[in-house]
Amino acid sequence: MQLYLPIADIPVNVFLILAMGAAVGFVSGMFGIGGGFLMTPLLIFVGIAPAVAVASVASHIAASSFSGALSYWRKRAIDPMLALILLSGGIVGTTLGVWTFTLLRSLGQLDLMIALSYVVLLTSVGAAMFWEGLRAMLRARGGNPVPLRRSGSHGWIHGLPLKVRFKRSKIYLSAIPVVVIGLIIGFIGAIMGIGGGFILVPMLIYVLRVPTATVIGTSMVLTLVTMTFATMLHAVTNHLVDVVLALILMTGGVTGAQFGARAGQRIRGDHLRLLLGLLILAVGVRFAIELGIRPTDLYTVRETTGGV
Amino acid sequence: MSARAPRLAIGLALMFCAPFLAEDARAERLIVSVSNHRVTVTPNYSGEELVLFGSVERDSNAPLPRTGYDLVVTVSGPRIDMVTRRKERRFGIWVNTDSRQFLKVPAYLAAFSNRPLDKIAAVDVLRRQQLGLKNVLLTQRVGTDYADVVASDPFRSAFIRLRNEQGLYRENTSAVTFLTPTLFRTSIPLPAEVPIGTYHIGIKLLADGALVTKTDTAFEIVKVGFEQFVATAARQHSIFYGIATACMALMTGWMASIVFRKD
Repeated sequence: MQLYLPIADIPVNVFLILAMGAAVGFVSGMFGIGGGFLMTPLLIFVGIAPAVAVASVASHIAASSFSGALSYWRKRAIDPMLALILLSGGIVGTTLGVWTFTLLRSLGQLDLMIALSYVVLLTSVGAAMFWEGLRAMLRARGGNPVPLRRSGSHGWIHGLPLKVRFKRSKIYLSAIPVVVIGLIIGFIGAIMGIGGGFILVPMLIYVLRVPTATVIGTSMVLTLVTMTFATMLHAVTNHLVDVVLALILMTGGVTGAQFGARAGQRIRGDHLRLLLGLLILAVGVRFAIELGIRPTDLYTVRETTGGV
Repeated sequence: MSARAPRLAIGLALMFCAPFLAEDARAERLIVSVSNHRVTVTPNYSGEELVLFGSVERDSNAPLPRTGYDLVVTVSGPRIDMVTRRKERRFGIWVNTDSRQFLKVPAYLAAFSNRPLDKIAAVDVLRRQQLGLKNVLLTQRVGTDYADVVASDPFRSAFIRLRNEQGLYRENTSAVTFLTPTLFRTSIPLPAEVPIGTYHIGIKLLADGALVTKTDTAFEIVKVGFEQFVATAARQHSIFYGIATACMALMTGWMASIVFRKD
């Protein structure tokens, strides 16, 4: 069934977009990530202008993270204090990111920057998660219970001042690294047009040692706020949010996310990390190959009406 | 010397005017109409095909040109700014190195004729009359200068090739058909990707390699109903639009968490 999108200005197959939304929603529900790093390239592949894709995906991620955040809230798996401090850094990071985005766009190197950051981030995060998941799995198979590095393994991060007590997560931690992580995620999210959940989750687990129980819920709150903010920002500055596209994506996305979440609960944690690591790594490698091999067309054309 | 100069000028002027006067005396007129002057974009819009038809009105006593009439129809869409970039290998990866800006160029451009352009007229005539994709004026910013470049310019040809691949720039030298020596028709395919706006159609009639007469008409592609409502809301009430979209996202998320609640 073809439907004309009023902002993207092209007709699309509703069922195709619904299926894409559901598939990405399944993945995002399973791993507790936004899935923007999968959705945006998919939409661009279907023929939707990159700017419209990025802007509309933001609202789609807002919807799926809100539905996720609600269920985590009921399970008391969200740390409000942690979310608040992350957000304060996130807002500064987003502002810096938007500013850098505009600068790079005017230099014509935005594509390269996006591709490079995808390669660096996705391959390193993906490889790290994959490796960690593999080790945990092997250890579990060997009969040793997975040693949870909890207390006693305090690094330099835990020696920083401005300590705050995060009651829900049951940790006592300096606010500085939390703000810095929020800033990094906000910055990366604004430049790459993604929520950044897939970077935030490992950062919270491995750098801040936040218990896994509150990590995903808290990360969803951060994603929810930044993506709602991003939707507004895109709507006001670029007028590029396609409400019809967003609605189709959301409908597919939230449905897929529910099934994904159920599937995710049935899979063991280390298997889950292994799978997510593989997925992220695969997307990263794809971008790396694209940069390395000679493009089929050396020329690209882009519309620049309306500034930049 | 100074007394002879004006006379020489008049003589030259007469010499150059003569062919044009002769053409005027032929007094052909073009009467054209397009099948739909207002293409409306509705939810199930997936492109459209318009038909342009018309006839050559001639003085009854004027003889038909020896090789018949030739017709070139140029359809140009709303003007936009574009940039063409070229990638080169630097430090092992492919990066954009050089770029050229195209200013106020048509978003959609089509050149239709009844036979190959090089058979219709000489290169200089085609160039002067901007007939064919090679000859339509595409203004580029070259440094601080604004100019069109030769058709073989790599950026210009890459630009036309890429737009052609998207179906937005097209040239068809057999699209115009003459039903009788003076009655013609051509179809104008509009893929769904063409932008909304006003489209200009320039019709030029040639005979024996020279321009006889020309006329133009236009049509517009507009959004109506829901599409128009959304597009205007997004543009003119962007804050409310943003809030509405954000609320919609939250509502969808909330509803999903209710519907799929596990208890």
